[in-house]
Amino acid sequence: MRVPLSWLKEFAEIPVDISPDEIAIAFVRVGFEVEGIEQTGEGILGPIVVGIVKAIDEITEFKKPIRWVELDCGEGASRFVVCGARNFTVGDYVVVSLPGAVLPGGFTISKRETYGKTSEGMICSSRELGLSQEHDGILVLPEGCAMPGEDVISLLKVEDVIFDIAVNPDRGYALSIRGMAREIAASLGTSFQDPISTIEVKGIPSTGNGVAISIDDPDAASIVYIRSLENFGPLSRTPIWMSRKIEKCGMRSISLAVDITNYVMLELGQPLHAFDTAKINGSLHIRRAGSSKTLKTLDGQVRTLKSEDLVVADDEKPLALAGTMGGEHSEVNEFTTSISIEAARFNPVMIAKNAKSHRIPSEASKRLERGVDCNLAEFASARALELMMRLGGARHVGSHMSGELTQLPTIQFDPHYASVLTGADITREVVQSKLVLVGCSVENINQELWDVTPPSWRIDLQSPADLVEEVARMVGYDAIPSLLPPRQVSPGLTPAQLRLRNISAFLAHRGLVEVQTYPFVSLETMQLMGFSGDRAKSFRILNPMSNEAPLLRTHLIPGLLEVAERNVGRGNKDFALFEIGSIFRALGPDREFAAPGISARPSQEAKAAIFASVPDQPIHLGAVLVGKDEPESWQGKGREYVWNDAIELVTSILDANRIEWSIERSDFAPWHPGKCAEILVEEKVVAHAGELHPRIVSAYGLPERACAAVLNLSALPNSTLVKVAQFGTMPVAVQDVALVVDANVPASRVEDSLRLGAGPLLESIRLFDRYDKIGEGKVSLAFTLTFRALDRTLTNSEVSLMREAAAAAAKEATGAEIRTA
Amino acid sequence: MNSAANLQLWVDDALKAFAASKDLEQLKIERIAHFGDKSPLSLASRSLGSLPANERAGAGKLIGDAKAKVSQALVERTAALEAQRDERTLKEEKVDISLRTFRHRVGALHPLTLLKNEINDFFIAQGYGVAEGPELEAEWLNFDALNMPSDHPARSMQDTFFIEPEQAHLVLRTHTSPVQIRTMLEQKPPIYIICPGRTFRADELDATHTPVFNQVEGLVVDKGISMAHLKGTLDLFAQKMFGGEVKTRLRPSYFPFTEPSAEVDVFFNGRWIEWGGCGMVNPKVLIACGIDPVEYSGFAFGMGLERTLMVRHGITDMHDIVEGDIRFSQAFGGGI
Repeated sequence: MRVPLSWLKEFAEIPVDISPDEIAIAFVRVGFEVEGIEQTGEGILGPIVVGIVKAIDEITEFKKPIRWVELDCGEGASRFVVCGARNFTVGDYVVVSLPGAVLPGGFTISKRETYGKTSEGMICSSRELGLSQEHDGILVLPEGCAMPGEDVISLLKVEDVIFDIAVNPDRGYALSIRGMAREIAASLGTSFQDPISTIEVKGIPSTGNGVAISIDDPDAASIVYIRSLENFGPLSRTPIWMSRKIEKCGMRSISLAVDITNYVMLELGQPLHAFDTAKINGSLHIRRAGSSKTLKTLDGQVRTLKSEDLVVADDEKPLALAGTMGGEHSEVNEFTTSISIEAARFNPVMIAKNAKSHRIPSEASKRLERGVDCNLAEFASARALELMMRLGGARHVGSHMSGELTQLPTIQFDPHYASVLTGADITREVVQSKLVLVGCSVENINQELWDVTPPSWRIDLQSPADLVEEVARMVGYDAIPSLLPPRQVSPGLTPAQLRLRNISAFLAHRGLVEVQTYPFVSLETMQLMGFSGDRAKSFRILNPMSNEAPLLRTHLIPGLLEVAERNVGRGNKDFALFEIGSIFRALGPDREFAAPGISARPSQEAKAAIFASVPDQPIHLGAVLVGKDEPESWQGKGREYVWNDAIELVTSILDANRIEWSIERSDFAPWHPGKCAEILVEEKVVAHAGELHPRIVSAYGLPERACAAVLNLSALPNSTLVKVAQFGTMPVAVQDVALVVDANVPASRVEDSLRLGAGPLLESIRLFDRYDKIGEGKVSLAFTLTFRALDRTLTNSEVSLMREAAAAAAKEATGAEIRTA
Repeated sequence: MNSAANLQLWVDDALKAFAASKDLEQLKIERIAHFGDKSPLSLASRSLGSLPANERAGAGKLIGDAKAKVSQALVERTAALEAQRDERTLKEEKVDISLRTFRHRVGALHPLTLLKNEINDFFIAQGYGVAEGPELEAEWLNFDALNMPSDHPARSMQDTFFIEPEQAHLVLRTHTSPVQIRTMLEQKPPIYIICPGRTFRADELDATHTPVFNQVEGLVVDKGISMAHLKGTLDLFAQKMFGGEVKTRLRPSYFPFTEPSAEVDVFFNGRWIEWGGCGMVNPKVLIACGIDPVEYSGFAFGMGLERTLMVRHGITDMHDIVEGDIRFSQAFGGGI
């Protein structure tokens, strides 16, 4: 809300020596965030005066039409200026800056030769004066508003300070000068004059009966006033003081009738609506749209009504979308002389639904959905009536109301609670005075529990804690001491959290860079990846950021590939990435549940149902290896990442966590079907790793042979305690064995059988050579076997026997023959 | 003749020759000449057997002494020449130690992870546990239980990602507060937790916004907890994040789940910066979780990790944090 200082001063006492920054700090102290301070008219300097147009000479010989204007600026003799605007005629009151004047932005006016004439000043637009952003021609003032030659800077109150204030959604009352003046006076400790205290509401003379109104749906509004008037001068101009205030608040001056409704809304916070009485058939009703189908609103749109929409209707049809936007049919126009002003305290939730379902966030709905002062309608409608009578020459026909005044529920309040909850020592006297300051009535102050009744504009005050906030913000949050709560014994990180942290650190030390990607993917990406089964079952976002990526990821690889592509695009060819994050798969049935209320803890069943409605979201680790692990350099050609680097990342993590695993060949998208492994733990697949499918590598423009791994961290068992085996210190005996085996036999199976056959004294086994050029579908695998006994040095014959036993076991299990050549 | 004079002469010759050897090759030649099988000393030694028995002992001792002297000299000279050779070789093996190796790829954790770890460790030291929960969350836990019923204006204030079908009532959590609710539903006070995690709001990615971001929230529920405890905790936390000189300020604000509510600002690098939201847990929220607000009170706070990182490290563009350019993470190295 834009709040002009000049308007605040009408109701709040603002010390003269206080700066705009200090006022802003005072607003912030009581919870109103000042987002900007605008000093209008800064740097403006007279003479800038009112001029009356005496004559206009159209000059047409130039590219654009120009006017040579004779002005009466109260100087006796006429003044002549050149003007390019055309929106004025003889007799109009305009604003003239005379030579020597300085306009905002440091623009100095001087007498100058232009279009073959001597221009002795400039006729100004609103924008040139810094009054508004209007630039449709020059500013034309109401006729007779001032004498020619009068100073415009003071006439238009050009110099002002405007605070742009963010108002929290629980404070509808503060979207008004009345509310803001109350707050700033309270914060500064100065006096506040409530503007409604001077509004006459009773005994306004009337000429007849006026339009009647009823609240047909008792939930729709608590109170409504309708005041009818006649003889309104439809062409009456809005006085400068009013249009200037409206403009300073960021709205546009439109016509006197509309300006008055907006003015009262800005001043008091009560939205008003003006109907053309002639268009009302019978009386007015606040009701649901029901079977009414459409309403043409004053923006010219035909709105399809939902049956639950809240409308103001006459006996025949809806005339306005209640509290949101008026209808075109009953709109006040330049011929309207009879007006009915409606001021209602609508149900905030219904207005919010109106505004949301029709996407009309209006100034009125913004206030009504936050909750307007419950008992303001009578005063605001009377204020508008008085202005229409005074400024538009109207006569009061009659007023009607429906509904009743609201008395907000009294809160039983222990004043000591303010000290307990804030930790500041706040006396009963201070608590009482602060509650009164914000408008509460405080009764029974000699009792342990006070009766505190909030004022009609503070519907947000419902509980003792709400009252504590009022006391605290008025005392000032600065007054609260800074203490630490009693120190607890921390459980520390959980084993799972610790494991995750260690895995991240391990990967970083291995040269991988961590990234965090958005979990949104497109259907096209899912198809490109070739995801099927569980990974094709994605959740869809109802309102995605982009229709191109409406699905939640079911796998980490697509996001990592996108980031890899970006890095390649930025000139990096060799790198490794990893991400640890949740994936989402729509596997179970949709579990609906009835949302329990919050007035008590949900039952065990209800709680279990809520928890069960949330799908499992396992945490995965994904990695993508691109280009070279070791780049080419002066030390050599470097080394490409290859398929088993990806596998080794996974197995290293499992080994480090003392988790037993096994490995199988796999054919799993989006990996290369011949270079993909699945890794199993407790007979369940927990990871896939290997080289990516060439189709995927090329789709993302990555260097050939890029590799990837994915490990489901949530599927891993807890790590067991480390158990250290006895280390032998006797000498080792090393034996090599070269075997020829069918190329289809996995080397791991050969190795396993060797290990089994070699017996318990085998300490380690390593494949040191693999030769696949021997033909006949065979490969040669050469292993180094290292033996050690705990208690003695092994003899050559012992070792030979173990080697032979190992080879025999391999032969039996895999058909491997000892290589002879 | 194996006279003592001869022996002395041979010894002197050998010692002289050894000392004159410039390198190990020359020394080898001299060793063969003066101490080899055919050297006079060796020949004399071998001829001892032909001497009469009564002379054998005396001559043997003289020859033994002479051989010992020569052997000693040989060992010493060998050691000296070896040391000389080694020194020369090592000098020749000198390298340009400014040559860098590229064999070890430099990895990095994302700075958000580093920051999260730092915050977790700080709060663990203060006695807190670290609670986590799902990103795809029940609406009831994300909104209702936090005093945001379906018609609450604050619920539309946050641009929430809703998930199909609507009847499943699942949302991408808009804050990590549902983890607070889960904890309060499962655990009795005293509760001291922080809840770091990813959160989602339908804001377009620009220099300061991202639809996917990280938060850390804190929750304390215990007997006698007041706003003063909130303030003290935030003061210490701010000092940990921004240095001991930092100042904090609480500003009255509004959140449905806290009462009183506040925004916390930090004065850092010469200006006030909005850091996060906080307040005393609204008794309605405690009641919804089955905690008696007469017996217990609590405070809660929440900050954006991205915002904290940006403020602290002078990052001006959110794109750097979310795009995954490896140079960004690498700039933070292993620590922060």
